[in-house]
Amino acid sequence: MIIYGTALLAVCHLLGIFLGDLLGTLIGAKTNVGGVGIAMILLICARLWMHKRGWMPQATEMGVGFWGAMYIPVVVAMAAQQNVVTALRGGPVAVLAALGSVVVCACVIALINRGEKPADDPLPPQAATIA
Amino acid sequence: MIELLEKTFQHNGLVLAFAVVGLVMYVSMQCSRYLTMGRVHGSAIAIVIGLGLAYWGGIQTGGTKGIADVPLFAGIGLMGGAMLRDFAIVATAFEVQVVEAKKAGMVGVLALLLGTLLPFVVGAGVAYAFGYRDAVSITTIGAGAVTYIVGPVTGAAIGASSDVMALSIAAGLIKAIMVMVGTPAAAKFLRLRTPRSAMVFGGLAGTVSGVSAGLAATDRRLVPYGALVATFHTGLGCLLGPSLLFFATRALVE
Repeated sequence: MIIYGTALLAVCHLLGIFLGDLLGTLIGAKTNVGGVGIAMILLICARLWMHKRGWMPQATEMGVGFWGAMYIPVVVAMAAQQNVVTALRGGPVAVLAALGSVVVCACVIALINRGEKPADDPLPPQAATIA
Repeated sequence: MIELLEKTFQHNGLVLAFAVVGLVMYVSMQCSRYLTMGRVHGSAIAIVIGLGLAYWGGIQTGGTKGIADVPLFAGIGLMGGAMLRDFAIVATAFEVQVVEAKKAGMVGVLALLLGTLLPFVVGAGVAYAFGYRDAVSITTIGAGAVTYIVGPVTGAAIGASSDVMALSIAAGLIKAIMVMVGTPAAAKFLRLRTPRSAMVFGGLAGTVSGVSAGLAATDRRLVPYGALVATFHTGLGCLLGPSLLFFATRALVE
Protein backbone atom coordinates (compact mmCIF):
# COMPACT_ATOMS: atom_id res chain seq x y z
CA MET A 1 0.00 0.00 0.00
CA ILE A 2 1.11 3.47 -0.90
CA ILE A 3 0.63 4.77 2.64
CA TYR A 4 3.33 2.38 3.94
CA GLY A 5 5.93 4.32 1.94
CA THR A 6 4.63 7.68 3.11
CA ALA A 7 4.49 6.37 6.68
CA LEU A 8 8.09 5.12 6.43
CA LEU A 9 9.11 8.55 5.16
CA ALA A 10 7.18 10.19 8.00
CA VAL A 11 8.80 7.97 10.65
CA CYS A 12 12.30 8.67 9.25
CA HIS A 13 11.47 12.38 9.08
CA LEU A 14 10.21 12.54 12.68
CA LEU A 15 13.07 10.40 14.01
CA GLY A 16 15.64 12.47 12.10
CA ILE A 17 14.24 15.79 13.33
CA PHE A 18 14.04 14.39 16.87
CA LEU A 19 17.64 13.14 16.77
CA GLY A 20 18.69 16.49 15.30
CA ASP A 21 17.00 18.30 18.18
CA LEU A 22 18.52 15.86 20.66
CA LEU A 23 21.99 16.34 19.16
CA GLY A 24 21.50 20.09 19.29
CA THR A 25 20.56 19.95 22.96
CA LEU A 26 23.41 17.58 23.81
CA ILE A 27 26.09 19.81 22.31
CA GLY A 28 24.54 22.92 23.77
CA ALA A 29 23.28 24.54 20.56
CA LYS A 30 19.69 25.70 20.80
CA THR A 31 19.02 24.57 17.25
CA ASN A 32 18.25 21.42 15.33
CA VAL A 33 21.57 19.95 14.20
CA GLY A 34 21.37 18.21 10.83
CA GLY A 35 17.91 16.76 11.44
CA VAL A 36 17.03 16.68 7.75
CA GLY A 37 20.36 15.08 6.89
CA ILE A 38 19.96 12.44 9.60
CA ALA A 39 16.43 11.71 8.34
CA MET A 40 17.82 11.25 4.81
CA ILE A 41 20.47 8.81 6.01
CA LEU A 42 17.82 6.90 8.01
CA LEU A 43 15.64 6.66 4.91
CA ILE A 44 18.53 5.39 2.75
CA CYS A 45 19.34 2.73 5.39
CA ALA A 46 15.68 1.76 5.83
CA ARG A 47 15.31 1.36 2.08
CA LEU A 48 18.41 -0.85 1.76
CA TRP A 49 17.33 -2.97 4.70
CA MET A 50 13.75 -3.44 3.50
CA HIS A 51 14.83 -4.05 -0.09
CA LYS A 52 16.99 -6.99 1.00
CA ARG A 53 14.00 -8.56 2.72
CA GLY A 54 11.64 -7.87 -0.18
CA TRP A 55 9.50 -5.59 1.97
CA MET A 56 9.55 -2.82 -0.59
CA PRO A 57 6.93 -3.40 -3.30
CA GLN A 58 6.48 -0.74 -5.95
CA ALA A 59 3.39 0.78 -4.30
CA THR A 60 5.39 1.41 -1.13
CA GLU A 61 8.17 3.05 -3.13
CA MET A 62 5.62 5.30 -4.82
CA GLY A 63 4.52 6.53 -1.40
CA VAL A 64 7.98 8.03 -0.96
CA GLY A 65 8.65 8.78 -4.62
CA PHE A 66 5.64 11.08 -4.85
CA TRP A 67 7.00 13.33 -2.13
CA GLY A 68 10.46 13.28 -3.65
CA ALA A 69 8.95 14.44 -6.93
CA MET A 70 7.02 17.16 -5.07
CA TYR A 71 10.20 18.77 -3.85
CA ILE A 72 10.63 21.27 -6.69
CA PRO A 73 6.97 22.46 -6.44
CA VAL A 74 7.33 22.74 -2.66
CA VAL A 75 10.49 24.78 -3.12
CA VAL A 76 8.59 27.00 -5.59
CA ALA A 77 5.90 27.54 -2.93
CA MET A 78 8.65 28.25 -0.41
CA ALA A 79 10.22 30.82 -2.74
CA ALA A 80 6.82 32.48 -3.14
CA GLN A 81 6.64 33.27 0.57
CA GLN A 82 10.11 34.74 1.08
CA ASN A 83 10.77 38.34 1.95
CA VAL A 84 12.03 39.26 -1.51
CA VAL A 85 11.30 42.97 -1.13
CA THR A 86 13.83 43.25 1.68
CA ALA A 87 16.30 40.91 -0.02
CA LEU A 88 16.47 43.00 -3.17
CA ARG A 89 17.89 45.90 -1.19
CA GLY A 90 20.94 43.71 -0.50
CA GLY A 91 21.12 42.71 -4.20
CA PRO A 92 24.87 42.65 -4.83
CA VAL A 93 25.40 40.20 -1.95
CA ALA A 94 23.44 37.45 -3.71
CA VAL A 95 25.03 38.10 -7.10
CA LEU A 96 28.59 38.29 -5.76
CA ALA A 97 28.17 35.23 -3.51
CA ALA A 98 26.86 33.23 -6.48
CA LEU A 99 29.40 34.49 -9.01
CA GLY A 100 32.30 34.02 -6.61
CA SER A 101 31.41 30.45 -5.74
CA VAL A 102 30.77 29.50 -9.38
CA VAL A 103 34.15 30.85 -10.48
CA VAL A 104 36.05 29.21 -7.59
CA CYS A 105 34.29 25.85 -8.10
CA ALA A 106 34.80 25.91 -11.88
CA CYS A 107 38.55 26.39 -11.38
CA VAL A 108 38.72 23.50 -8.88
CA ILE A 109 36.70 21.22 -11.21
CA ALA A 110 39.08 22.02 -14.07
CA LEU A 111 42.06 21.40 -11.80
CA ILE A 112 40.82 18.00 -10.52
CA ASN A 113 39.71 16.82 -13.99
CA ARG A 114 43.10 17.71 -15.48
CA GLY A 115 44.62 15.12 -13.12
CA GLU A 116 42.55 12.35 -14.68
CA LYS A 117 44.24 9.79 -16.93
CA PRO A 118 43.05 10.21 -20.56
CA ALA A 119 41.34 6.83 -21.14
CA ASP A 120 40.45 6.34 -17.48
CA ASP A 121 36.74 5.69 -17.69
CA PRO A 122 35.28 5.61 -21.21
CA LEU A 123 31.62 6.46 -21.66
CA PRO A 124 29.21 3.82 -22.92
CA PRO A 125 28.52 4.60 -26.58
CA GLN A 126 24.73 4.47 -26.35
CA ALA A 127 23.05 7.64 -25.10
CA ALA A 128 20.56 6.88 -22.35
CA THR A 129 17.13 8.41 -22.24
CA ILE A 130 16.95 11.18 -19.70
CA ALA A 131 13.75 12.50 -18.22
CA MET B 1 -20.71 34.81 -7.35
CA ILE B 2 -17.24 36.28 -6.95
CA GLU B 3 -17.61 36.20 -3.17
CA LEU B 4 -18.65 32.55 -3.32
CA LEU B 5 -15.57 31.66 -5.40
CA GLU B 6 -13.36 33.60 -3.02
CA LYS B 7 -14.86 31.71 -0.08
CA THR B 8 -14.17 28.40 -1.82
CA PHE B 9 -10.52 29.37 -2.33
CA GLN B 10 -10.04 30.63 1.22
CA HIS B 11 -11.54 27.49 2.76
CA ASN B 12 -9.33 25.26 0.61
CA GLY B 13 -6.02 27.10 0.88
CA LEU B 14 -3.65 24.14 0.49
CA VAL B 15 -5.63 22.71 -2.43
CA LEU B 16 -5.56 26.10 -4.14
CA ALA B 17 -1.79 26.21 -3.55
CA PHE B 18 -1.35 22.88 -5.39
CA ALA B 19 -3.32 24.29 -8.33
CA VAL B 20 -1.43 27.60 -8.36
CA VAL B 21 2.02 25.98 -8.11
CA GLY B 22 1.01 23.44 -10.76
CA LEU B 23 0.10 26.29 -13.08
CA VAL B 24 3.39 28.05 -12.31
CA MET B 25 5.30 24.83 -13.09
CA TYR B 26 3.41 24.39 -16.38
CA VAL B 27 4.10 27.94 -17.51
CA SER B 28 7.77 27.53 -16.51
CA MET B 29 8.19 24.27 -18.40
CA GLN B 30 6.72 25.88 -21.53
CA CYS B 31 8.98 28.92 -21.14
CA SER B 32 11.97 26.60 -20.68
CA ARG B 33 11.11 24.64 -23.81
CA TYR B 34 10.16 27.42 -26.20
CA LEU B 35 11.88 30.58 -24.96
CA THR B 36 15.23 29.17 -23.81
CA MET B 37 15.24 25.98 -25.97
CA GLY B 38 15.71 23.88 -22.84
CA ARG B 39 18.88 25.72 -21.89
CA VAL B 40 17.41 27.03 -18.61
CA HIS B 41 15.73 24.31 -16.54
CA GLY B 42 11.99 24.77 -16.01
CA SER B 43 12.30 24.41 -12.24
CA ALA B 44 14.68 27.37 -12.12
CA ILE B 45 12.20 29.52 -14.06
CA ALA B 46 9.42 28.36 -11.70
CA ILE B 47 11.46 29.46 -8.70
CA VAL B 48 12.12 32.82 -10.33
CA ILE B 49 8.35 33.18 -10.84
CA GLY B 50 7.85 32.15 -7.19
CA LEU B 51 10.26 34.83 -6.04
CA GLY B 52 8.47 37.27 -8.34
CA LEU B 53 5.13 36.39 -6.73
CA ALA B 54 6.74 36.85 -3.32
CA TYR B 55 7.91 40.30 -4.41
CA TRP B 56 4.40 41.16 -5.62
CA GLY B 57 2.91 39.91 -2.34
CA GLY B 58 5.43 41.89 -0.32
CA ILE B 59 4.68 45.11 -2.24
CA GLN B 60 0.94 44.44 -2.02
CA THR B 61 0.71 43.73 1.71
CA GLY B 62 3.89 45.21 3.17
CA GLY B 63 4.29 41.89 5.02
CA THR B 64 7.31 39.62 5.39
CA LYS B 65 5.89 36.35 4.02
CA GLY B 66 5.53 37.19 0.36
CA ILE B 67 2.41 35.97 -1.39
CA ALA B 68 1.37 33.98 1.70
CA ASP B 69 0.41 37.30 3.33
CA VAL B 70 -2.31 37.77 0.71
CA PRO B 71 -5.29 36.07 2.43
CA LEU B 72 -6.37 34.31 -0.76
CA PHE B 73 -2.97 32.61 -1.11
CA ALA B 74 -2.38 31.71 2.54
CA GLY B 75 -2.26 28.03 1.48
CA ILE B 76 1.06 28.65 -0.30
CA GLY B 77 2.43 29.31 3.19
CA LEU B 78 1.43 25.81 4.27
CA MET B 79 2.69 24.11 1.09
CA GLY B 80 6.06 25.85 1.21
CA GLY B 81 6.29 25.85 5.00
CA ALA B 82 8.95 24.07 7.02
CA MET B 83 6.97 20.85 7.52
CA LEU B 84 6.24 19.93 3.89
CA ARG B 85 9.56 21.35 2.72
CA ASP B 86 11.64 19.10 4.97
CA PHE B 87 9.33 16.15 4.23
CA ALA B 88 9.90 16.49 0.48
CA ILE B 89 13.65 16.99 0.86
CA VAL B 90 13.99 13.84 3.00
CA ALA B 91 12.02 11.93 0.34
CA THR B 92 14.61 12.76 -2.33
CA ALA B 93 17.13 10.61 -0.43
CA PHE B 94 15.16 7.65 -1.75
CA GLU B 95 16.53 8.21 -5.26
CA VAL B 96 20.15 7.68 -4.17
CA GLN B 97 21.65 4.46 -5.57
CA VAL B 98 24.18 3.38 -2.98
CA VAL B 99 26.00 0.87 -5.23
CA GLU B 100 26.47 3.50 -7.95
CA ALA B 101 27.46 6.06 -5.36
CA LYS B 102 30.26 3.83 -4.08
CA LYS B 103 31.81 3.84 -7.58
CA ALA B 104 32.33 7.59 -7.28
CA GLY B 105 34.93 6.71 -4.68
CA MET B 106 37.23 9.11 -2.96
CA VAL B 107 37.24 11.73 -5.69
CA GLY B 108 33.46 12.06 -5.41
CA VAL B 109 33.69 12.48 -1.65
CA LEU B 110 36.48 15.05 -2.05
CA ALA B 111 34.43 16.94 -4.66
CA LEU B 112 31.38 16.86 -2.38
CA LEU B 113 33.28 18.23 0.59
CA LEU B 114 34.97 20.93 -1.51
CA GLY B 115 31.62 21.67 -3.18
CA THR B 116 30.10 22.41 0.21
CA LEU B 117 33.07 24.15 1.80
CA LEU B 118 34.30 26.44 -1.03
CA PRO B 119 30.94 28.08 -1.93
CA PHE B 120 30.21 28.44 1.77
CA VAL B 121 33.49 30.25 2.40
CA VAL B 122 32.97 32.52 -0.63
CA GLY B 123 29.34 33.26 0.31
CA ALA B 124 30.17 33.87 3.95
CA GLY B 125 33.07 36.09 2.92
CA VAL B 126 30.82 38.19 0.66
CA ALA B 127 28.24 38.46 3.46
CA TYR B 128 30.95 39.61 5.87
CA ALA B 129 32.29 42.11 3.33
CA PHE B 130 28.78 43.60 3.00
CA GLY B 131 28.53 44.23 6.71
CA TYR B 132 26.78 41.16 8.10
CA ARG B 133 28.34 40.43 11.48
CA ASP B 134 26.05 37.89 13.17
CA ALA B 135 26.92 34.21 12.73
CA VAL B 136 23.33 33.23 11.81
CA SER B 137 23.12 35.59 8.81
CA ILE B 138 26.67 34.85 7.60
CA THR B 139 26.07 31.09 7.81
CA THR B 140 22.71 31.33 6.03
CA ILE B 141 24.09 33.39 3.13
CA GLY B 142 27.14 31.12 2.91
CA ALA B 143 24.87 28.07 2.85
CA GLY B 144 22.78 29.75 0.14
CA ALA B 145 25.89 29.88 -2.01
CA VAL B 146 26.06 26.07 -1.62
CA THR B 147 22.52 25.50 -3.01
CA TYR B 148 19.16 27.21 -2.80
CA ILE B 149 17.92 24.27 -0.71
CA VAL B 150 20.79 24.22 1.78
CA GLY B 151 20.43 27.97 2.37
CA PRO B 152 16.83 28.02 3.59
CA VAL B 153 17.14 24.67 5.42
CA THR B 154 20.16 25.98 7.29
CA GLY B 155 18.52 29.35 7.87
CA ALA B 156 15.36 27.73 9.21
CA ALA B 157 17.35 25.47 11.54
CA ILE B 158 19.40 28.26 13.09
CA GLY B 159 16.64 30.89 13.08
CA ALA B 160 17.62 33.35 10.35
CA SER B 161 15.33 36.26 9.47
CA SER B 162 13.15 35.99 6.38
CA ASP B 163 15.06 38.62 4.42
CA VAL B 164 18.37 36.82 4.97
CA MET B 165 16.65 33.59 3.89
CA ALA B 166 15.44 35.26 0.71
CA LEU B 167 18.94 36.58 0.06
CA SER B 168 20.35 33.10 0.58
CA ILE B 169 17.79 31.56 -1.80
CA ALA B 170 18.56 34.29 -4.34
CA ALA B 171 22.30 33.50 -4.12
CA GLY B 172 21.66 29.78 -4.63
CA LEU B 173 19.25 30.47 -7.45
CA ILE B 174 21.62 32.79 -9.31
CA LYS B 175 24.32 30.12 -8.90
CA ALA B 176 22.01 27.39 -10.28
CA ILE B 177 21.12 29.51 -13.31
CA MET B 178 24.81 30.29 -13.91
CA VAL B 179 25.63 26.56 -13.78
CA MET B 180 22.79 25.66 -16.16
CA VAL B 181 23.62 28.30 -18.73
CA GLY B 182 27.40 28.31 -18.34
CA THR B 183 28.18 24.57 -18.27
CA PRO B 184 27.92 23.82 -22.02
CA ALA B 185 30.09 26.86 -22.77
CA ALA B 186 32.67 25.93 -20.12
CA ALA B 187 32.66 22.16 -20.79
CA LYS B 188 36.05 22.20 -22.52
CA PHE B 189 37.67 24.23 -19.75
CA LEU B 190 36.11 21.91 -17.14
CA ARG B 191 37.27 18.77 -19.08
CA LEU B 192 33.74 17.35 -18.89
CA ARG B 193 34.09 14.11 -20.85
CA THR B 194 34.01 11.08 -18.57
CA PRO B 195 31.73 9.74 -15.81
CA ARG B 196 34.45 10.54 -13.28
CA SER B 197 34.69 14.14 -14.45
CA ALA B 198 30.88 14.40 -14.33
CA MET B 199 30.95 13.15 -10.73
CA VAL B 200 33.56 15.75 -9.82
CA PHE B 201 31.39 18.33 -11.53
CA GLY B 202 28.25 17.11 -9.70
CA GLY B 203 29.96 17.31 -6.34
CA LEU B 204 31.47 20.74 -6.84
CA ALA B 205 28.76 22.51 -8.83
CA GLY B 206 26.16 21.27 -6.41
CA THR B 207 22.54 22.13 -7.18
CA VAL B 208 20.74 19.14 -8.69
CA SER B 209 18.73 21.17 -11.21
CA GLY B 210 21.81 23.16 -12.21
CA VAL B 211 23.95 20.03 -12.62
CA SER B 212 21.36 17.92 -14.46
CA ALA B 213 20.36 20.74 -16.80
CA GLY B 214 23.97 21.83 -17.36
CA LEU B 215 25.13 18.28 -18.12
CA ALA B 216 22.10 17.54 -20.31
CA ALA B 217 23.02 20.48 -22.49
CA THR B 218 26.66 19.30 -22.63
CA ASP B 219 26.44 15.50 -23.06
CA ARG B 220 23.30 13.64 -22.06
CA ARG B 221 25.23 10.49 -21.12
CA LEU B 222 26.95 12.37 -18.30
CA VAL B 223 23.71 13.36 -16.56
CA PRO B 224 23.15 10.36 -14.25
CA TYR B 225 26.74 10.48 -12.97
CA GLY B 226 26.64 14.16 -12.15
CA ALA B 227 23.13 14.08 -10.71
CA LEU B 228 24.06 11.10 -8.53
CA VAL B 229 26.78 12.99 -6.70
CA ALA B 230 24.76 16.20 -6.71
CA THR B 231 21.96 14.36 -4.87
CA PHE B 232 24.34 13.83 -1.98
CA HIS B 233 25.35 17.46 -2.17
CA THR B 234 22.12 18.87 -0.74
CA GLY B 235 22.02 16.24 2.01
CA LEU B 236 25.60 16.92 2.98
CA GLY B 237 24.98 20.65 2.95
CA CYS B 238 21.83 20.25 5.07
CA LEU B 239 23.83 18.13 7.50
CA LEU B 240 26.90 20.39 7.71
CA GLY B 241 25.24 23.81 7.33
CA PRO B 242 23.31 24.11 10.60
CA SER B 243 25.96 22.14 12.52
CA LEU B 244 29.68 22.17 11.72
CA LEU B 245 29.72 25.21 9.41
CA PHE B 246 27.49 27.21 11.77
CA PHE B 247 29.68 26.45 14.79
CA ALA B 248 32.85 27.23 12.84
CA THR B 249 31.38 30.55 11.70
CA ARG B 250 30.18 31.40 15.20
CA ALA B 251 33.60 30.63 16.63
CA LEU B 252 35.20 32.94 14.07
CA VAL B 253 32.91 35.97 14.29
CA GLU B 254 31.67 35.98 17.91
